[in-house]
Amino acid sequence: MAEYKGVMIYCEIVEGSLLSITYEVLGCSRKLADDLGQELCAVLVGSEIGDLAQEVISCGADKVYVVDDLLLKAYQTDAYVSVMEKVVGQVMPQILVLGQTSVGRDMAPMLAFRLDTLATLDCVELTIDPDTKLLMQTKPVCGGNALATYTCDSYPQIVTVRDKVMTPSESDSSKQGEIITLDAGLDLSAIRTRLLKKIKDEEEGVKLEDAQVIVSGGRGIGNAEGFEQLQELAALVKGAVGASRPPCDNRWIAPSRQVGITGKIVSPDLYIAIGLSGSIQHLSGCGQSKSIIAINNDAEASIFKYADFGVVGDWKKVLPTFTDKLKELLLE
Amino acid sequence: MRIIVCIKQVPDPTSSSSGTTVDPEAKRVIVPQGTPPVMNPYDENALEAALKIKDLQEATVTVISAGKNLAKPVLRKSLASGADELILLDAAAFDKLDSYATAHLLAAAIRQIGEYDLILCGRQAADTDAAQVGSGIAEILKIPGITAACKVETVNNKVVVERVVSDGIEEVEAPMPAMVTVSSELGELRYPGVKEVMAAQRTPITVRKAQDLEIDISQLKKPSLVTLAAPPGRKAECQFVECETPEDAGAELAKRVTEAKLL
Repeated sequence: MAEYKGVMIYCEIVEGSLLSITYEVLGCSRKLADDLGQELCAVLVGSEIGDLAQEVISCGADKVYVVDDLLLKAYQTDAYVSVMEKVVGQVMPQILVLGQTSVGRDMAPMLAFRLDTLATLDCVELTIDPDTKLLMQTKPVCGGNALATYTCDSYPQIVTVRDKVMTPSESDSSKQGEIITLDAGLDLSAIRTRLLKKIKDEEEGVKLEDAQVIVSGGRGIGNAEGFEQLQELAALVKGAVGASRPPCDNRWIAPSRQVGITGKIVSPDLYIAIGLSGSIQHLSGCGQSKSIIAINNDAEASIFKYADFGVVGDWKKVLPTFTDKLKELLLE
Repeated sequence: MRIIVCIKQVPDPTSSSSGTTVDPEAKRVIVPQGTPPVMNPYDENALEAALKIKDLQEATVTVISAGKNLAKPVLRKSLASGADELILLDAAAFDKLDSYATAHLLAAAIRQIGEYDLILCGRQAADTDAAQVGSGIAEILKIPGITAACKVETVNNKVVVERVVSDGIEEVEAPMPAMVTVSSELGELRYPGVKEVMAAQRTPITVRKAQDLEIDISQLKKPSLVTLAAPPGRKAECQFVECETPEDAGAELAKRVTEAKLL
């Protein structure tokens, strides 16, 4: 397999800008490429995206492949997988790194099976084995109860990395690199899945993934009205509302508000967990918060093992006075 | 219409969430004693998606499960809930397969079934969290694949899916046959009635052994598990705010939190 060489990353673009996780993917992949003594190349796929290439070079890529086509305006599985299949086939990297986002989760396994290789999703640590030079891929399994490290000797080794875990690369505009434009060459008959429409959630205030304070509710909130009270507190502290899985499954709140391994990974300064027991899957998503406050009527709830401050009691009675008193104190 | 639902048997993730430990020597996860096997919760969501389609039109729902020493009573629940047929791929060689092997094994079994319109899988398994089998089956069978569905409908030989993405919902369609992975937002599996549970006891189950399938699992490429470790624990000493009434505790918590400069 000597012909496979170098590290490749897939850069995710949202509304004309690089998604923040792309900088983290660049950061960890640059290190992998250096450890291997090989090149780092990046792939940009989309429509009217050429001007992002220089930024990717500033952040550490030696080469950028740009695939720009009107048909690639929005992510669609078949179109993007076939583009990546072509680029990987041409460049033949040893390693391909993507972000663990909606796109990465969808594309990485599909692409891996298309290329008849293996993928590991949701990695929290990536290193090069000094002896075999294989990629050591560490990911949480069993909902986060264990950390497994895998290697695989099938190339390219495909991985996605978890959001907010890797150190992002810093931009240095003096860096030089090569920009290569590739033709998408899409075979329309191979595009079977079609995006009909996208319904974006209305974002009130700060985005969940960027918020410094998150007010999060669990099963104990009980209904959509309960989340309005959480919204009130979130507005007061200029934070965002999050949730564990059950409220999203029951549509008390939009599914995109879910924090945890099947939702978003967050790391705010303060995470206020209300009526939320703290399953390991949820804690995987919020355990990196600097501080955690928990309000729950079950003293045995695992969230208290992670919390810095806690109140054992009915949130419906605790929250109103908490919000009122806080309003008073913050005004002072 | 024929719908195939792939279901994995896993240790009950709700009862094993606390008390699960890791044996790094044996590279094994040890679930607390007495943790019962269940159908993987996301696969239950996939079965529910199939049953919702069957509610609206003529459909046969076939459930396939692969593993070693599968618990028939656990998987029979799929029949009680409304599936028509249960096929178990049961062999020592099918124990703890990685996603690459599982996808190839299930795809081989699906090829043997022959005609089908829709394959439904859970978005990931609660034990391995690999989240690749559905997409793998789609690629191996060369059919379109759609992931993370919260709604699945079939219209004029097409599957129309609402899928959960980070900033909202996407509506996607693909011609059938197609594969769709289902997320929990689709809804929990319906509860079977007593009559259905009784009837399911009498439904024959098809069991296939390794030699019945046209695939040799041992010949497939596979990842190697180098280490398995316990995750680093978060160190927190919870300061409990205790007051006469919960209302007082709320106000006191606000005071303590601002004093600690958390807000």
